[in-house]
Amino acid sequence: MPWNREQIAARAAQELKDGFYVNLGIGIPTLVANMIPEGVSIQLHSENGMLGMGPFPYAGEEDADLINAGKETVTKIPTTSFFDSAMSFGMMRGGHIDISILGGLQVSEKGDLANWTIPGKMVKGMGGAMDLVAGVPRIVVVMEHEAKGQSRIVNECTLPLTGRQVVDLIITDLAVFEVDPARTPSLKLIELAPGVSAGEVREKTDAAYVEALN
Amino acid sequence: MTNKVYRDSASALTGLLRDGMTIISGGFGICGIPDSLLAAIEDSGVRDLTIVTNNPGLDGMGVGRLVNSRQVRKLIASYAGENATFAKQYLAGEVELEYCPQGSLVERIRAGGSGIPAFYTPTGVGTQVAEGKETRLFDGREYLLERGIFGDLAVIHAWKGDSEGNLVYRMTARNFNPVMATAAKVTVAEVEHLVEPGEIDPDHIITPGIFVKRMVQVPDPYKHIEKRTVRQRA
Repeated sequence: MPWNREQIAARAAQELKDGFYVNLGIGIPTLVANMIPEGVSIQLHSENGMLGMGPFPYAGEEDADLINAGKETVTKIPTTSFFDSAMSFGMMRGGHIDISILGGLQVSEKGDLANWTIPGKMVKGMGGAMDLVAGVPRIVVVMEHEAKGQSRIVNECTLPLTGRQVVDLIITDLAVFEVDPARTPSLKLIELAPGVSAGEVREKTDAAYVEALN
Repeated sequence: MTNKVYRDSASALTGLLRDGMTIISGGFGICGIPDSLLAAIEDSGVRDLTIVTNNPGLDGMGVGRLVNSRQVRKLIASYAGENATFAKQYLAGEVELEYCPQGSLVERIRAGGSGIPAFYTPTGVGTQVAEGKETRLFDGREYLLERGIFGDLAVIHAWKGDSEGNLVYRMTARNFNPVMATAAKVTVAEVEHLVEPGEIDPDHIITPGIFVKRMVQVPDPYKHIEKRTVRQRA
Protein backbone atom coordinates (compact mmCIF):
# COMPACT_ATOMS: atom_id res chain seq x y z
CA MET A 1 0.00 0.00 0.00
CA PRO A 2 1.37 3.43 -0.90
CA TRP A 3 1.59 5.93 1.95
CA ASN A 4 -1.41 8.22 2.44
CA ARG A 5 -0.99 11.94 3.11
CA GLU A 6 -0.63 11.44 6.87
CA GLN A 7 1.94 8.68 6.38
CA ILE A 8 3.96 10.85 3.97
CA ALA A 9 3.90 13.60 6.62
CA ALA A 10 4.93 11.13 9.35
CA ARG A 11 7.90 9.99 7.24
CA ALA A 12 8.88 13.63 6.69
CA ALA A 13 8.64 14.28 10.44
CA GLN A 14 11.46 11.77 10.95
CA GLU A 15 13.79 14.30 9.29
CA LEU A 16 13.29 16.69 12.23
CA LYS A 17 15.93 16.74 14.94
CA ASP A 18 15.75 18.09 18.45
CA GLY A 19 16.34 21.84 18.59
CA PHE A 20 15.56 22.46 14.91
CA TYR A 21 13.94 25.64 13.61
CA VAL A 22 11.51 24.39 10.98
CA ASN A 23 9.47 25.94 8.19
CA LEU A 24 6.52 23.93 6.88
CA GLY A 25 4.80 24.67 3.58
CA ILE A 26 1.10 24.43 2.84
CA GLY A 27 -0.73 21.12 2.21
CA ILE A 28 0.87 17.81 3.26
CA PRO A 29 3.75 19.69 4.99
CA THR A 30 1.27 21.33 7.40
CA LEU A 31 0.36 17.84 8.66
CA VAL A 32 3.97 17.30 9.80
CA ALA A 33 3.34 19.61 12.77
CA ASN A 34 1.10 16.92 14.33
CA MET A 35 3.65 14.14 13.88
CA ILE A 36 6.78 15.37 15.62
CA PRO A 37 8.63 12.32 17.02
CA GLU A 38 8.65 11.88 20.78
CA GLY A 39 11.54 13.58 22.53
CA VAL A 40 12.07 16.02 19.66
CA SER A 41 11.41 19.66 20.44
CA ILE A 42 11.31 22.08 17.52
CA GLN A 43 10.22 25.67 16.86
CA LEU A 44 8.01 26.29 13.85
CA HIS A 45 8.71 29.34 11.72
CA SER A 46 5.91 31.09 9.87
CA GLU A 47 7.18 33.47 7.20
CA ASN A 48 4.58 36.14 7.91
CA GLY A 49 6.56 36.96 11.03
CA MET A 50 6.35 34.38 13.79
CA LEU A 51 8.67 31.86 15.38
CA GLY A 52 7.31 29.35 17.87
CA MET A 53 3.92 28.65 16.36
CA GLY A 54 1.27 26.94 18.46
CA PRO A 55 -1.65 24.74 17.38
CA PHE A 56 -4.99 25.94 16.03
CA PRO A 57 -6.99 27.86 18.66
CA TYR A 58 -10.02 26.48 20.44
CA ALA A 59 -13.30 27.57 18.88
CA GLY A 60 -14.13 31.05 20.08
CA GLU A 61 -10.48 31.94 20.74
CA GLU A 62 -9.50 32.72 17.14
CA ASP A 63 -7.75 36.06 16.66
CA ALA A 64 -7.61 37.75 13.25
CA ASP A 65 -4.18 39.19 14.13
CA LEU A 66 -2.66 35.75 14.71
CA ILE A 67 -2.35 33.67 11.55
CA ASN A 68 0.19 31.43 9.83
CA ALA A 69 1.57 31.72 6.31
CA GLY A 70 -1.43 29.77 5.03
CA LYS A 71 -3.64 32.50 6.56
CA GLU A 72 -5.06 30.01 9.08
CA THR A 73 -5.71 31.05 12.66
CA VAL A 74 -3.03 29.73 15.06
CA THR A 75 -1.93 30.38 18.66
CA LYS A 76 1.14 31.63 20.45
CA ILE A 77 3.14 29.54 22.93
CA PRO A 78 5.68 30.51 25.62
CA THR A 79 8.59 30.48 23.12
CA THR A 80 6.82 32.65 20.53
CA SER A 81 8.37 35.76 19.03
CA PHE A 82 6.91 38.14 16.45
CA PHE A 83 8.91 40.18 13.93
CA ASP A 84 8.50 41.94 10.60
CA SER A 85 8.67 40.27 7.20
CA ALA A 86 12.20 41.55 6.45
CA MET A 87 13.61 39.86 9.55
CA SER A 88 11.53 36.76 8.83
CA PHE A 89 13.09 36.37 5.40
CA GLY A 90 16.50 37.25 6.78
CA MET A 91 16.13 34.14 8.95
CA MET A 92 15.54 32.02 5.87
CA ARG A 93 17.96 33.58 3.42
CA GLY A 94 20.63 33.81 6.10
CA GLY A 95 20.53 30.06 6.68
CA HIS A 96 19.18 30.26 10.24
CA ILE A 97 16.22 27.96 9.62
CA ASP A 98 17.44 24.34 9.75
CA ILE A 99 14.98 22.63 7.44
CA SER A 100 11.97 23.31 5.27
CA ILE A 101 9.39 20.76 4.20
CA LEU A 102 7.54 21.88 1.07
CA GLY A 103 5.02 20.61 -1.43
CA GLY A 104 6.03 20.11 -5.05
CA LEU A 105 4.60 19.94 -8.55
CA GLN A 106 7.80 18.57 -10.15
CA VAL A 107 11.31 17.73 -8.99
CA SER A 108 14.06 17.09 -11.51
CA GLU A 109 16.86 14.55 -11.53
CA LYS A 110 19.24 17.35 -10.38
CA GLY A 111 16.97 18.50 -7.56
CA ASP A 112 15.38 21.45 -9.37
CA LEU A 113 11.99 22.25 -7.84
CA ALA A 114 8.85 23.57 -9.53
CA ASN A 115 6.04 24.29 -7.10
CA TRP A 116 4.61 27.75 -7.66
CA THR A 117 2.69 28.01 -10.90
CA ILE A 118 1.08 26.23 -13.82
CA PRO A 119 1.18 28.87 -16.58
CA GLY A 120 -2.21 29.86 -17.93
CA LYS A 121 -4.04 27.76 -15.36
CA MET A 122 -3.16 28.89 -11.90
CA VAL A 123 -2.84 32.46 -10.67
CA LYS A 124 -1.09 32.03 -7.36
CA GLY A 125 2.56 32.97 -6.97
CA MET A 126 5.76 31.87 -5.33
CA GLY A 127 5.08 33.60 -2.00
CA GLY A 128 8.08 32.73 0.13
CA ALA A 129 9.00 29.47 -1.61
CA MET A 130 11.89 30.86 -3.70
CA ASP A 131 13.45 32.48 -0.63
CA LEU A 132 13.11 29.26 1.37
CA VAL A 133 14.82 27.08 -1.21
CA ALA A 134 17.56 29.70 -1.71
CA GLY A 135 18.42 30.00 1.95
CA VAL A 136 17.40 26.98 4.00
CA PRO A 137 20.20 24.39 4.06
CA ARG A 138 17.96 21.30 3.91
CA ILE A 139 14.89 21.13 1.66
CA VAL A 140 12.51 18.18 1.82
CA VAL A 141 9.78 17.93 -0.82
CA VAL A 142 6.66 15.89 -0.10
CA MET A 143 4.24 15.16 -2.93
CA GLU A 144 2.21 12.50 -4.72
CA HIS A 145 4.51 10.50 -6.98
CA GLU A 146 2.30 11.06 -10.03
CA ALA A 147 -0.19 13.67 -11.19
CA LYS A 148 -2.86 12.33 -13.56
CA GLY A 149 -0.65 9.35 -14.42
CA GLN A 150 2.40 11.56 -15.13
CA SER A 151 5.57 11.19 -13.10
CA ARG A 152 6.38 14.22 -11.01
CA ILE A 153 10.02 13.15 -10.71
CA VAL A 154 11.37 14.13 -14.09
CA ASN A 155 14.65 14.54 -15.95
CA GLU A 156 13.95 18.24 -16.54
CA CYS A 157 11.12 20.27 -15.03
CA THR A 158 8.65 21.54 -17.64
CA LEU A 159 6.98 23.92 -15.17
CA PRO A 160 8.57 27.24 -14.10
CA LEU A 161 11.24 26.64 -11.47
CA THR A 162 11.20 27.68 -7.84
CA GLY A 163 14.91 26.97 -7.53
CA ARG A 164 17.73 25.11 -9.24
CA GLN A 165 19.45 22.17 -7.48
CA VAL A 166 17.78 22.93 -4.18
CA VAL A 167 16.02 19.70 -3.14
CA ASP A 168 17.81 17.35 -0.73
CA LEU A 169 15.14 14.71 -0.14
CA ILE A 170 11.91 13.71 -1.93
CA ILE A 171 9.19 11.80 -0.09
CA THR A 172 6.26 10.58 -2.20
CA ASP A 173 3.42 8.16 -1.55
CA LEU A 174 5.62 5.43 -3.07
CA ALA A 175 9.21 6.07 -2.08
CA VAL A 176 11.98 8.24 -0.67
CA PHE A 177 14.80 9.64 -2.82
CA GLU A 178 17.98 11.43 -1.80
CA VAL A 179 19.36 14.10 -4.11
CA ASP A 180 23.04 14.90 -4.46
CA PRO A 181 23.78 17.10 -7.49
CA ALA A 182 27.46 16.16 -7.27
CA ARG A 183 26.60 12.60 -8.41
CA THR A 184 25.31 11.36 -11.77
CA PRO A 185 22.54 10.46 -11.64
CA SER A 186 21.84 12.71 -8.68
CA LEU A 187 18.82 10.77 -7.46
CA LYS A 188 19.14 7.79 -5.16
CA LEU A 189 16.14 5.62 -4.24
CA ILE A 190 16.67 4.84 -0.56
CA GLU A 191 13.31 3.64 0.72
CA LEU A 192 10.01 2.17 -0.48
CA ALA A 193 6.57 2.57 1.06
CA PRO A 194 5.42 -0.76 2.54
CA GLY A 195 4.17 -3.13 -0.18
CA VAL A 196 5.49 -0.95 -3.02
CA SER A 197 8.00 -2.70 -5.28
CA ALA A 198 11.16 -1.24 -6.76
CA GLY A 199 9.68 -2.19 -10.15
CA GLU A 200 6.57 -0.09 -9.58
CA VAL A 201 8.71 2.94 -8.66
CA ARG A 202 10.89 2.37 -11.76
CA GLU A 203 7.78 2.25 -13.94
CA LYS A 204 6.30 5.44 -12.44
CA THR A 205 9.48 7.54 -12.34
CA ASP A 206 10.66 9.39 -15.45
CA ALA A 207 13.97 10.57 -14.01
CA ALA A 208 17.12 8.49 -13.94
CA TYR A 209 18.17 7.29 -10.47
CA VAL A 210 20.24 4.67 -8.71
CA GLU A 211 18.82 2.18 -6.24
CA ALA A 212 20.33 2.04 -2.80
CA LEU A 213 17.70 0.15 -0.85
CA ASN A 214 18.61 -1.56 2.40
CA MET B 1 4.30 70.79 17.26
CA THR B 2 3.16 69.55 13.87
CA ASN B 3 -0.15 67.81 14.06
CA LYS B 4 0.07 64.39 12.41
CA VAL B 5 -3.36 63.21 13.49
CA TYR B 6 -6.28 63.60 11.07
CA ARG B 7 -9.94 63.15 11.89
CA ASP B 8 -10.65 60.45 9.31
CA SER B 9 -8.97 58.42 6.59
CA ALA B 10 -10.20 60.62 3.73
CA SER B 11 -8.74 63.77 5.27
CA ALA B 12 -5.51 61.95 6.15
CA LEU B 13 -5.07 61.33 2.40
CA THR B 14 -6.01 64.86 1.27
CA GLY B 15 -3.67 66.15 -1.40
CA LEU B 16 -1.67 62.93 -1.56
CA LEU B 17 -3.51 61.00 -4.27
CA ARG B 18 -2.94 61.29 -8.01
CA ASP B 19 -3.51 59.02 -11.00
CA GLY B 20 -0.61 56.73 -11.94
CA MET B 21 1.07 56.87 -8.54
CA THR B 22 2.79 53.99 -6.70
CA ILE B 23 1.17 53.00 -3.40
CA ILE B 24 2.77 50.55 -0.98
CA SER B 25 0.20 48.80 1.20
CA GLY B 26 0.86 46.79 4.37
CA GLY B 27 -0.67 43.49 5.37
CA PHE B 28 -0.38 39.77 4.70
CA GLY B 29 -3.57 38.36 3.21
CA ILE B 30 -6.08 40.50 5.07
CA CYS B 31 -4.12 40.43 8.33
CA GLY B 32 -2.80 43.85 9.35
CA ILE B 33 -4.17 45.64 6.29
CA PRO B 34 -4.89 49.40 6.37
CA ASP B 35 -8.46 48.75 5.30
CA SER B 36 -9.86 52.13 6.27
CA LEU B 37 -7.19 53.96 4.25
CA LEU B 38 -7.72 51.60 1.31
CA ALA B 39 -11.46 52.29 1.47
CA ALA B 40 -10.71 56.02 1.34
CA ILE B 41 -8.43 55.48 -1.68
CA GLU B 42 -11.26 53.54 -3.32
CA ASP B 43 -13.72 56.37 -2.61
CA SER B 44 -11.32 58.96 -4.04
CA GLY B 45 -11.55 57.36 -7.49
CA VAL B 46 -7.80 57.75 -8.16
CA ARG B 47 -6.80 55.49 -11.08
CA ASP B 48 -3.97 53.64 -12.87
CA LEU B 49 -2.30 52.78 -9.60
CA THR B 50 0.79 50.63 -9.18
CA ILE B 51 0.23 48.76 -5.93
CA VAL B 52 3.06 47.10 -4.03
CA THR B 53 1.73 44.59 -1.51
CA ASN B 54 2.31 40.96 -0.58
CA ASN B 55 -0.98 39.80 -2.12
CA PRO B 56 -4.15 41.55 -3.27
CA GLY B 57 -6.30 40.56 -0.29
CA LEU B 58 -9.63 38.91 -0.88
CA ASP B 59 -12.36 39.83 -3.30
CA GLY B 60 -13.40 43.38 -2.28
CA MET B 61 -11.23 43.36 0.86
CA GLY B 62 -7.91 45.11 1.41
CA VAL B 63 -6.24 45.85 -1.93
CA GLY B 64 -9.05 43.71 -3.36
CA ARG B 65 -11.23 46.83 -3.01
CA LEU B 66 -9.09 48.64 -5.57
CA VAL B 67 -9.03 45.59 -7.84
CA ASN B 68 -12.83 45.37 -7.88
CA SER B 69 -13.10 49.08 -8.66
CA ARG B 70 -10.48 48.71 -11.45
CA GLN B 71 -8.20 51.36 -9.98
CA VAL B 72 -5.15 49.06 -10.20
CA ARG B 73 -3.05 49.15 -13.38
CA LYS B 74 -0.13 47.12 -12.03
CA LEU B 75 0.43 44.90 -9.02
CA ILE B 76 3.84 44.00 -7.60
CA ALA B 77 3.26 41.04 -5.26
CA SER B 78 4.54 37.61 -4.26
CA TYR B 79 1.17 35.93 -4.43
CA ALA B 80 -2.12 36.58 -6.18
CA GLY B 81 -4.27 33.58 -5.24
CA GLU B 82 -7.43 33.83 -3.14
CA ASN B 83 -8.75 36.78 -5.18
CA ALA B 84 -10.92 35.53 -8.05
CA THR B 85 -11.59 39.00 -9.45
CA PHE B 86 -7.88 39.73 -9.69
CA ALA B 87 -7.24 36.33 -11.34
CA LYS B 88 -9.96 37.04 -13.91
CA GLN B 89 -8.61 40.52 -14.70
CA TYR B 90 -5.06 39.19 -14.94
CA LEU B 91 -5.90 36.26 -17.23
CA ALA B 92 -7.87 38.70 -19.44
CA GLY B 93 -4.80 40.97 -19.66
CA GLU B 94 -6.57 43.86 -17.94
CA VAL B 95 -4.08 44.26 -15.12
CA GLU B 96 -0.31 43.89 -15.07
CA LEU B 97 1.33 41.61 -12.49
CA GLU B 98 4.99 41.58 -11.47
CA TYR B 99 5.69 38.53 -9.36
CA CYS B 100 8.39 39.11 -6.79
CA PRO B 101 9.45 36.47 -4.23
CA GLN B 102 8.18 37.51 -0.81
CA GLY B 103 11.62 37.86 0.75
CA SER B 104 12.93 39.83 -2.21
CA LEU B 105 9.82 42.02 -2.13
CA VAL B 106 10.22 42.99 1.50
CA GLU B 107 13.98 43.42 1.10
CA ARG B 108 13.42 45.67 -1.95
CA ILE B 109 11.14 47.78 0.22
CA ARG B 110 13.59 47.73 3.13
CA ALA B 111 16.39 48.79 0.78
CA GLY B 112 14.27 51.52 -0.80
CA GLY B 113 13.48 52.95 2.61
CA SER B 114 17.13 52.80 3.71
CA GLY B 115 18.77 54.55 0.77
CA ILE B 116 20.02 51.38 -0.92
CA PRO B 117 19.21 51.38 -4.67
CA ALA B 118 19.86 47.67 -5.28
CA PHE B 119 21.23 44.54 -3.66
CA TYR B 120 22.33 41.01 -4.56
CA THR B 121 20.27 38.06 -3.38
CA PRO B 122 20.37 34.30 -3.99
CA THR B 123 16.56 34.14 -4.24
CA GLY B 124 15.24 33.41 -7.72
CA VAL B 125 18.55 32.52 -9.37
CA GLY B 126 17.87 30.15 -12.29
CA THR B 127 14.14 30.96 -12.35
CA GLN B 128 12.01 33.33 -14.42
CA VAL B 129 12.44 35.91 -11.65
CA ALA B 130 16.07 36.26 -12.79
CA GLU B 131 15.18 37.03 -16.42
CA GLY B 132 16.73 40.30 -17.52
CA LYS B 133 18.49 40.82 -14.20
CA GLU B 134 22.20 41.25 -13.67
CA THR B 135 23.91 38.36 -11.88
CA ARG B 136 27.24 38.11 -10.15
CA LEU B 137 29.30 35.45 -8.40
CA PHE B 138 30.29 35.92 -4.78
CA ASP B 139 32.40 33.19 -3.17
CA GLY B 140 31.48 30.86 -6.03
CA ARG B 141 27.71 31.26 -5.75
CA GLU B 142 25.46 33.12 -8.16
CA TYR B 143 23.32 36.04 -6.96
CA LEU B 144 20.99 38.36 -8.79
CA LEU B 145 20.57 42.09 -8.53
CA GLU B 146 17.22 43.34 -7.23
CA ARG B 147 16.21 47.01 -7.18
CA GLY B 148 14.96 48.86 -4.14
CA ILE B 149 11.36 50.08 -4.10
CA PHE B 150 10.34 53.53 -2.92
CA GLY B 151 6.69 54.53 -3.27
CA ASP B 152 4.85 57.80 -3.59
CA LEU B 153 2.66 56.77 -0.67
CA ALA B 154 2.70 54.01 1.93
CA VAL B 155 -0.44 53.06 3.82
CA ILE B 156 0.01 50.90 6.90
CA HIS B 157 -1.89 49.52 9.87
CA ALA B 158 -0.60 49.54 13.45
CA TRP B 159 -2.17 48.48 16.72
CA LYS B 160 -1.19 51.47 18.79
CA GLY B 161 0.44 54.78 18.06
CA ASP B 162 1.15 58.03 19.84
CA SER B 163 0.51 61.39 18.22
CA GLU B 164 4.21 61.68 17.31
CA GLY B 165 3.72 58.64 15.04
CA ASN B 166 5.61 56.12 17.15
CA LEU B 167 3.97 52.77 16.42
CA VAL B 168 3.60 49.29 17.85
CA TYR B 169 1.98 46.33 16.15
CA ARG B 170 0.07 43.31 17.33
CA MET B 171 1.25 39.73 16.68
CA THR B 172 1.32 38.70 13.00
CA ALA B 173 -0.51 41.89 11.98
CA ARG B 174 2.99 43.42 12.03
CA ASN B 175 4.22 41.64 8.85
CA PHE B 176 5.19 44.14 6.09
CA ASN B 177 3.90 47.24 7.91
CA PRO B 178 7.06 48.47 9.73
CA VAL B 179 9.18 47.95 6.62
CA MET B 180 6.72 49.72 4.33
CA ALA B 181 6.47 52.63 6.77
CA THR B 182 10.04 53.54 5.78
CA ALA B 183 9.71 53.33 2.00
CA ALA B 184 7.58 56.16 0.60
CA LYS B 185 7.58 59.93 0.19
CA VAL B 186 4.63 60.02 2.58
CA THR B 187 3.53 57.30 5.01
CA VAL B 188 0.03 57.38 6.44
CA ALA B 189 -0.71 55.05 9.35
CA GLU B 190 -4.04 53.95 10.71
CA VAL B 191 -3.95 52.94 14.38
CA GLU B 192 -6.51 51.17 16.53
CA HIS B 193 -5.42 52.95 19.69
CA LEU B 194 -4.18 56.54 19.73
CA VAL B 195 -2.28 57.67 22.85
CA GLU B 196 -0.25 60.65 24.03
CA PRO B 197 3.55 60.70 23.58
CA GLY B 198 5.16 59.01 26.57
CA GLU B 199 2.45 56.42 26.99
CA ILE B 200 4.32 53.83 24.92
CA ASP B 201 7.56 52.62 26.51
CA PRO B 202 10.29 53.85 24.10
CA ASP B 203 11.91 50.42 24.38
CA HIS B 204 8.80 48.88 22.84
CA ILE B 205 8.38 51.19 19.85
CA ILE B 206 8.79 49.30 16.56
CA THR B 207 8.33 52.18 14.09
CA PRO B 208 9.83 55.52 15.18
CA GLY B 209 7.64 58.51 14.39
CA ILE B 210 10.10 59.96 11.87
CA PHE B 211 8.64 57.59 9.26
CA VAL B 212 5.00 58.52 9.84
CA LYS B 213 3.78 61.81 8.35
CA ARG B 214 0.07 61.41 8.95
CA MET B 215 -2.14 59.18 11.03
CA VAL B 216 -5.74 58.39 11.73
CA GLN B 217 -7.40 56.44 14.51
CA VAL B 218 -9.65 53.58 13.46
CA PRO B 219 -11.13 52.25 16.69
CA ASP B 220 -12.40 48.67 16.71
CA PRO B 221 -11.89 47.93 13.02
CA TYR B 222 -13.79 44.98 11.63
CA LYS B 223 -11.24 42.20 11.12
CA HIS B 224 -12.28 39.39 8.86
CA ILE B 225 -10.57 36.00 9.31
CA GLU B 226 -9.54 34.48 5.98
CA LYS B 227 -9.29 30.85 7.17
CA ARG B 228 -10.85 30.05 10.51
CA THR B 229 -9.10 26.91 11.78
CA VAL B 230 -9.81 25.57 15.27
CA ARG B 231 -9.19 22.48 17.37
CA GLN B 232 -11.73 20.69 19.52
CA ARG B 233 -11.45 20.75 23.28
CA ALA B 234 -10.42 17.34 24.61
